[in-house]
Amino acid sequence: MFIAVAVNWHLVWTRIVNPNGIFAHALWVTIYISIVAQILGIALGLLAALMRMSSFRPFRFISGLYVLLFRGTPVLVQIMIFYLMIPGRSLNLLLFHPPETIAAGILALGINEGAYMREIFRAGIDSIDRGQMEAAKSLGMRYGMAMRRIVLPQAARVIVPPLGNEFNNMMKTSSLVTIIGVYELFTDAQTFQSNTFSRDIAPFIAVAFWYLVLTSIWSFIQAMIERKLAVSEHGDEISLRERAVAIWTEGGGMVRSAWPWRARA
Amino acid sequence: MSAESGFVMRAVEVHKRFGRLHVLRGVSLDVKPRETVCIIGASGSGKTTFLRCINHLEKIDGGLIEVNGHPIGYRRRGEKLVEDRERSISRQRTEIGFVFQRFNLFPHKTALQNVIEAPVHVRGVAKNQAVADAEKLLTRVGLGDKKDAYPGKLSGGQQQRVAIARSLAMKPALMLFDEPTSALDPEVTGEVLDVMEELAHEGTTMIVVTHEMGFAKRAADRVVMMDEGVIIEEGPPEHFFESPTHERTKAFLSKIL
Ligand SMILES: Nc1ncnc2c1ncn2[C@@H]1O[C@H](COP(=O)(O)OP(=O)(O)OP(=O)(O)O)[C@@H](O)[C@H]1O
Ligand SMILES: [Mg+2]
Repeated sequence: MFIAVAVNWHLVWTRIVNPNGIFAHALWVTIYISIVAQILGIALGLLAALMRMSSFRPFRFISGLYVLLFRGTPVLVQIMIFYLMIPGRSLNLLLFHPPETIAAGILALGINEGAYMREIFRAGIDSIDRGQMEAAKSLGMRYGMAMRRIVLPQAARVIVPPLGNEFNNMMKTSSLVTIIGVYELFTDAQTFQSNTFSRDIAPFIAVAFWYLVLTSIWSFIQAMIERKLAVSEHGDEISLRERAVAIWTEGGGMVRSAWPWRARA
Repeated sequence: MSAESGFVMRAVEVHKRFGRLHVLRGVSLDVKPRETVCIIGASGSGKTTFLRCINHLEKIDGGLIEVNGHPIGYRRRGEKLVEDRERSISRQRTEIGFVFQRFNLFPHKTALQNVIEAPVHVRGVAKNQAVADAEKLLTRVGLGDKKDAYPGKLSGGQQQRVAIARSLAMKPALMLFDEPTSALDPEVTGEVLDVMEELAHEGTTMIVVTHEMGFAKRAADRVVMMDEGVIIEEGPPEHFFESPTHERTKAFLSKIL
């Protein structure tokens, strides 16, 4: 069986090389939501990981419940719930005043992300020998300082690669906020498509291309960060060019995260 | 410093359990200023656990440990002892150096950075002052030329000497060593023991868990034998090694010497 698809390549091309102002804004919204939600996810993930490792039982319970709820339900459902929960006016969020739809999207994506980041932080911290914390404590450091100055910097080498993959996923998953009416990349494509009253896939091929640009740029940045971390520890140099080649040939950061527990809704 | 009791470290009837396992069954030991005490004993007798209790890496279940006259991990409230806050436990730990069997150097920091870490970030010493002190200490342990090396590039013996310098940088009142040479290749144990012997002779107050009987003979003021969670015998090395009284000590010494 063969499905004939009429692709208006001219349209694809126009949407790529000649994007309009609305598109630029949609692109910005996608980037903005992804970055802020990821930062929120990192903060919550670290907090939840520390709570999970606490000797205080209620902390461990809260952390467990958090992960259970947010990894056990579809992020699409979470987005909808947050949207309906947030009052219908713009919020004060990190100096910006995003409309409530964007705020709801960021909250839902960020809180959901935190549940996944918890496992990444925990694996990273667990990978550091207990003796490091003990040595720091015997020198008179308190828990917080020992974490910040001794354990986390070492755990970073373990944490950063999956964290990079998380952000890669985030940029793509952020397209789900289209259902609560946020005008971002995907919405832009869909709006364009519905205005043309055709079944032409051109707008979606164009938007796929833009997502690919975003994830490729990120993979490159990620490679630079990982290289810097590797160098700062032992100096096992891998050239940037080699990394860049690897990104394209092996999928690099663009493959779905290799973490077995990581199955996104 | 040890105004109240005249002891740098005083342990009275210390008990420690890990679940059902009763590891320390009433350990009492006093250490005077400038004294070097070596603890020996069979594997599993509780030597490491005892050292870890002294700087409160392990909580004790009974008894009392004082360093510089202050109870460790607990504070007096009237007649009772209550668990201390993290802040004061940390402050007390600055007075107690701990040298681990497996060094536990910070691998993401150079030798020099390892040594200045706590003086700068815990004590608040100015960085250039801390660096000057650290360089002196590293020279003293024979590693003046390795200050910019990362631990991964140092041999075991060199790493352990950096670890000793790192502890000394806090100018602690008491140094604890937990089998500092037993993770080392035989040919480099000497360089570490030499450094420790020098410290002992300079009058550093230290408690050393060790199987190096030669070191104990040369450096210790007192040797202590632990067995199944209690101290069964102690004395100056001459007496201790020549004429041990306890059967378990005799058996242990004949095995190890
Ligand atoms: N964190 C822990 N949890 C449970 N049991 C422990 C723990 N630490 C030590 N033990 C047990 O306590 C006992 C004493 O251990 P400890 O390490 O103090 O002995 P040691 O005298 O230092 O022996 P070695 O010469 O082998 O170092 C051992 O039976 C050990 O298995
Ligand atoms: Mg031991």
